[in-house]
Amino acid sequence: MTEAITAAGLVKRFGKVTALDGLDLHVETGEVHGFLGPNGAGKTTAIRILLGLMRSSGGDVRLLGGDPWSDATALHRRLAYVPGDVTLWPNLTGGEVIDLLGRLRGGFDARRKADLLERFQLDPRKKGRTYSKGNRQKVGLVAALSSDVELLILDEPTSGLDPLMEEVFREVIAEEKRRGDRTVLLSSHILSEVEVLCDRLTIIRDGRTIETGTLADMRHLTRTTIQAELAGPPDGLATLAGVHDFQLDHDRVRFDVDTEALEPALQSLVKVGVRSLVSQPPSLEELFLRQYQKDER
Amino acid sequence: MTGTGQIIRLILRRDRIILPLWAVLLGLVPAGYVASFESLFPTDAERIDYATVSASNAGFVTLYGPLHGSSLGELVAWRAGFLPVIAAICALLTVVRHTRADEDAGRTELIGAAAVGRYAQLAAAVITTCAGGVLLGVVQTAAMVGQGLPVEGSLAFGAEMILTVFVFAGVAAITAQLTSGARGARSIALAVLAVAFALRVGGDTSAIGDGSTSWLSWLSPIGWVQHLFPYGVNSWWPALLALAFTAALAGLAAVLLARRDFGSGLAPARLGPASAPRSLGSPFGLAWRLHRGLLLSWTAGFVLLGLIFGGVGGSVLDIAAGNQELSDIFNRLGGSDALADSYFAGIAAIVGLIAACYAVQAALRLRDEETTGHAEMILSTAASRYAWAGSHLFFALLGPAVVLAAEGLAVGVTYPQGNLGEILGGVLVQLPAVWVLAGLAVLAFGLVPKLSGLAWAAPAICLLILLVGSTLQLSQWFLDISPFTHTPKLPGGDLTALPLVTLTLVAAVLTAVGIAALRRRNIPD
Ligand SMILES: Nc1ncnc2c1ncn2[C@@H]1O[C@H](COP(=O)(O)OP(=O)(O)OP(=O)(O)O)[C@@H](O)[C@H]1O
Ligand SMILES: [Mg+2]
Repeated sequence: MTEAITAAGLVKRFGKVTALDGLDLHVETGEVHGFLGPNGAGKTTAIRILLGLMRSSGGDVRLLGGDPWSDATALHRRLAYVPGDVTLWPNLTGGEVIDLLGRLRGGFDARRKADLLERFQLDPRKKGRTYSKGNRQKVGLVAALSSDVELLILDEPTSGLDPLMEEVFREVIAEEKRRGDRTVLLSSHILSEVEVLCDRLTIIRDGRTIETGTLADMRHLTRTTIQAELAGPPDGLATLAGVHDFQLDHDRVRFDVDTEALEPALQSLVKVGVRSLVSQPPSLEELFLRQYQKDER
Repeated sequence: MTGTGQIIRLILRRDRIILPLWAVLLGLVPAGYVASFESLFPTDAERIDYATVSASNAGFVTLYGPLHGSSLGELVAWRAGFLPVIAAICALLTVVRHTRADEDAGRTELIGAAAVGRYAQLAAAVITTCAGGVLLGVVQTAAMVGQGLPVEGSLAFGAEMILTVFVFAGVAAITAQLTSGARGARSIALAVLAVAFALRVGGDTSAIGDGSTSWLSWLSPIGWVQHLFPYGVNSWWPALLALAFTAALAGLAAVLLARRDFGSGLAPARLGPASAPRSLGSPFGLAWRLHRGLLLSWTAGFVLLGLIFGGVGGSVLDIAAGNQELSDIFNRLGGSDALADSYFAGIAAIVGLIAACYAVQAALRLRDEETTGHAEMILSTAASRYAWAGSHLFFALLGPAVVLAAEGLAVGVTYPQGNLGEILGGVLVQLPAVWVLAGLAVLAFGLVPKLSGLAWAAPAICLLILLVGSTLQLSQWFLDISPFTHTPKLPGGDLTALPLVTLTLVAAVLTAVGIAALRRRNIPD
């Protein structure tokens, strides 16, 4: 399989600030790739380098087989980008912006535009200044998704969208994925958002790639938090391998458990009898905490 | 109003350089006039002669206002007659910057969420601006008293500036409520100032003629403050008028603020087309949409200027023809043709400088587009950086040609006895100088984008040279800094190609270097 995006050892400095410090990112053609990192990790900076808006201070980067800096305009015909904070011209309507961006990219599908407008429940006749944050984001998304391009680069695309619209967004991306000929790079700082959509993900922190692979590959990093109300005392659970931060308060327990130890832990709960149970998937922050601990060891 | 104090401190911190800069600099300008008048016209007789000619010279009256005496103080105060306009610009820009521009940027929302009253932001912006005005007035009064001029006159002179700042802070406080963006708020406030200036000019120039429309000056706040006549009658009651007007403006602004929603103007937003017209499909198509309003309003403004200047030119020469004493003076100065020529040549330089402000404003739209994030979106499409920058520069470079031509043609309408070709030529030869200033803006934008605003220093310096250059006997190299010093003085002077070609080349190099730097740098930076 060919790679749509290849970045190796990417470095970007802004004066004394090092925003990217040897970032690696490999996105295969046709996949939906999650690009995860906490605030300030360097996601937007990396994307701007991929778009030829910024020049890297070091490392190699290829986009759709070309050099993003020197072949920018030719490559841009083949991709669509939605910035993290879509700003619109105050006097242009949303519909005008969608058409303008589509034409500047070299063509768009009017039927697809109409369909997306309907699904995102967006009124294209409003002037740019009167849209809310979420609606501005929708304008950017409709413009990108109705363009006939090979690669979509979406920087925190769901920021500002309400849960209903997030769901619509997920459906649309899932359809794109089924089409199979489009590559999507999707940045986010919310793990649960990308894990349902993405084939693979790359996690960065402080400008460096710390993990890359499928979510299954990363399970070893993750722990689930379990809270339960029990019928009796849970014998031996506290000392079970893979159970951490065990807390017991009368009949309530709370602990973190490694993915590999999930099954024996649940079995020992079931043995005493479970009245209620809440399990939380690992958040990105916890994942990083794990990573820190791993680094320190 | 709770929290006003904190916001004032915040504004003072953000403006700790720019606010004292304009207040003190403007306050010190008239001090230079004192020295130059003393050295140019050391005796009473010479001053009376100069005052007699100047008081009926429509070009001077247009720029500086009416002149009723010949004492040193009166001459200085009169010669400083354009300063209130500049002070007004500083005042309204400051108020809009700390109200509407902040609101657009979302900073007001941050502050608004903290425990501050609804009116705190507006009150703080107006109070701080007015404090800047007071500083300006105090510096000016102190400088004048320091030069040995009478105290009461100096107080009235300082009050002129303070009151102007007050009134236009009030105007901007209102326009900041009317529109749904900082740019609109600034444009309307500047338009109000332009109308105030035009009314003053209409009234004052009529007063030196048949006086039929001299009442127009009383419709203009700038007219009011000039009727204090510092060092002459020192009439204080127009000050009360200006103060009452300011209070009314501030009250109205508060009412409007209470009636509108955050982030929007009073006028309800209307729906537009659901899809783009065919013309909106290229960087140029977009630039046309973004620049056409600006081009249209500047053209309208320049037509108005041309009509006024043309009309004034005509009426003055008529008066001169009917007045033996005046025509004697004019004949000594080179005859009425020469007088008309020098008047229109002088006007051309001023008009050229104003057109340069338009050029800089249009060129800096590029920076606006960058900081708002629009550039990032456009440049992520197949549009190249050259196409994007070029589409905006098309308007920055050719827009001034349109407005200058419009001004020249408008002069022809109200001054039909003139040679239209020469008058038009006189304004159009300013273009290369305008382009140099536009080129500087492109250079700043390309090389030091964060400091793009510095491009405004160029027209400011040229204006300073224009304002003080002829009175202070400054060394030639200082005058030579301004490209407008080098443009041929038409009508009347010689049309030489060399300075025009040189200026155009300089402008081309500045622009090219700016664009080349833009190609190499980060966007956004
Ligand atoms: N133009 C710039 N000049 C200086 N520093 C910058 C610039 N742009 C980004 N940075 C710095 O680079 C780092 C990475 O920023 P970036 O915007 O890429 O992060 P991000 O991962 O997109 O964060 P977020 O999730 O908040 O959007 C930050 O520390 C930021 O302060
Ligand atoms: Mg970001």
